[in-house]
Amino acid sequence: MSNFIPGQPLVAVVQRIEIKKLRQGDNLILGFSIGGGIDQDPGQNPFSDDKADKGIYVTRITPGGPAETADLRMGDKIMQVNGYDMTMMTHDQARKRLTKKNEDIVRLLVTRKSLEEAVKNSMGGYQRQ
Amino acid sequence: MQSPTVMDAEEEEVLQVLEVCQTIEEFREVIVTTIEEDSNNSPPVASSGTGTKPSQDDNWGETTTAVTGTSEHSLSQEDIVRITKDLEDSVGLDCRRYFTLTLAVVMGLLVFLTPVAFLVLPHLLWPEKLQSCGTACEGLFISVAFKLLILLLAVWALFFRSPRAGLPRVFVFRALLAVLVLLFVMSYWLFYGVRILDTQDDNYQGIVQYAVSLVDALLFIHYLAIVLLELRQLQPCFSVCVMRSTDGEKRHYNLGQLSIQRAALAVLEHYYCDFPVHNPALLSASKSRAAKHLAGLKVYNVDGEFPAALAEGPGNNAAAGMAHSQSRAMIAAAARRRDTSHNELYYEDAEHERRVRKRKARLVVAVEEAFTHIKRMQEEEQKKTPVDVMDPREAAQAIFPSMARALQKYLRTTKQQHCHSMESIQQHLAFCITNNMTPKAFLESYLSAGPTLQYSRSHWLARQWTLISDASVTSGLSDGCVFQLKCVDFSLVVTTKKIPYIQMSEEYIDPKSHKFVLRLQSETSV
Repeated sequence: MSNFIPGQPLVAVVQRIEIKKLRQGDNLILGFSIGGGIDQDPGQNPFSDDKADKGIYVTRITPGGPAETADLRMGDKIMQVNGYDMTMMTHDQARKRLTKKNEDIVRLLVTRKSLEEAVKNSMGGYQRQ
Repeated sequence: MQSPTVMDAEEEEVLQVLEVCQTIEEFREVIVTTIEEDSNNSPPVASSGTGTKPSQDDNWGETTTAVTGTSEHSLSQEDIVRITKDLEDSVGLDCRRYFTLTLAVVMGLLVFLTPVAFLVLPHLLWPEKLQSCGTACEGLFISVAFKLLILLLAVWALFFRSPRAGLPRVFVFRALLAVLVLLFVMSYWLFYGVRILDTQDDNYQGIVQYAVSLVDALLFIHYLAIVLLELRQLQPCFSVCVMRSTDGEKRHYNLGQLSIQRAALAVLEHYYCDFPVHNPALLSASKSRAAKHLAGLKVYNVDGEFPAALAEGPGNNAAAGMAHSQSRAMIAAAARRRDTSHNELYYEDAEHERRVRKRKARLVVAVEEAFTHIKRMQEEEQKKTPVDVMDPREAAQAIFPSMARALQKYLRTTKQQHCHSMESIQQHLAFCITNNMTPKAFLESYLSAGPTLQYSRSHWLARQWTLISDASVTSGLSDGCVFQLKCVDFSLVVTTKKIPYIQMSEEYIDPKSHKFVLRLQSETSV
């Protein structure tokens, strides 16, 4: 997330999150809101470290929704949805990937800053040992 | 429709030509427009004669060539009617105008001379008894003089204008004001006569003050006249919609509180400036279509005729019902019939449009080329080189022939050729050359129909208008009132609507309250 160089492979620590869609009337909802995309302005993103990062971020979690239950947090960057890469997507394409009507479960790979620090701390501890 | 016309342009009077038609022997240049196949129907010319058997053979109707057309020196039936009507009307109601004029002059003189008379009469009738006029009294003389002068100027400004039109009924407000002034002056005279002349009052200052009060009151009446006659109708109150009956041209105007006849006058003045000129040649196509529709169906009665003896009682209703069902049957049959006239109309219109555009292109090119042949010569050059110089009229005559044909063809195609004579075109060309106009500016008055004022006097023939209205013409305009202005060729239908009462409220927005935030990237909930 922090060393994002365009064109170079990206290395990140990700967490696997599985969300089961909830049926509300005619729609299947996941219970969170996304922002970002390659067609949006990355400077406006309050959650990203690197203000040139055009990835898809979670901007809001509906309290009590399926996303909250699955431990998705605000500010997470979504790297993959059901195997599809989300780092180079327009906003609308990302929305479509998440809201496919024939899928009941979405498996996300998300990354957040606290994950990296957790790994660093554990590795550092290991190295010291 | 069958106007007898003369093909060769001789100076014969129209009435003489009409007479020539009726004799049988001299039909050398007389033109007949219908050819009858049936030899039983003798041609109309031959039948209106003296009844002698014509000397030509029975096939006269079939072998005669029929040629129609109008030359430049012919007059149609419409023009004859118009000329006779003009002759009748110009003699007419001038005496009414002179009557009102003399009445106004007499009243004006009476009103002006009254204060002067009030001041002068005591000196004439009882000079020895009269007290001498002190300083204050003489000061009042100056005041009377100047107020009379102001009154004179004010009356001249308001009333001494040549009338623009003759209206059918008298102006109600003017009549009321005249009556008011007369009553007023009469009452002053009455008082003067009883209290001053009879008793031979010797207080001259009082008399002078009385005369001053009269002049003051006259000035106030003049103020009332301004408000009633001029100011009241300035504020717009009604929106009138004026529509011409022949081609549906519509305009909207705002008028104040006027009487119907004054509103009609205002509408007519706007009509001459705003409406494009009435061109009867443009209406002939729809008339011929209508004639074709009517001629399409005929009704025959196969059940035997209704005898005329049954004209009373139940027979009458039966006859009326018969006519009613006949017309119903005609309408139903016409609706069911497959009519392809819309097809013809569409293709005709497209063809006409194309033709007009082609002629217009040729015309524009011809005019532009013609304008390049002349140029303005400067003063210095004039002295240097002795070239043949022309004034604008000669210059116009020199370049006119090169564009004349294209212009004539274009005017024929757009059916405007009777609006512009050669003389008027040359005059307009000379005018454009004098004022340094471009070819496009010269052409603009021929490409589209302008207002009636633009054309020559003959197009103003409709100076006699008739006002047709349900309500009395001196009553004021009201919401929903409809009246018609008729002239010889068409009529203008005027409908009135009241301008609604507008309720406006106020809202205050503090300029400091205009605040904006940037919208974060679009957020979609999934």
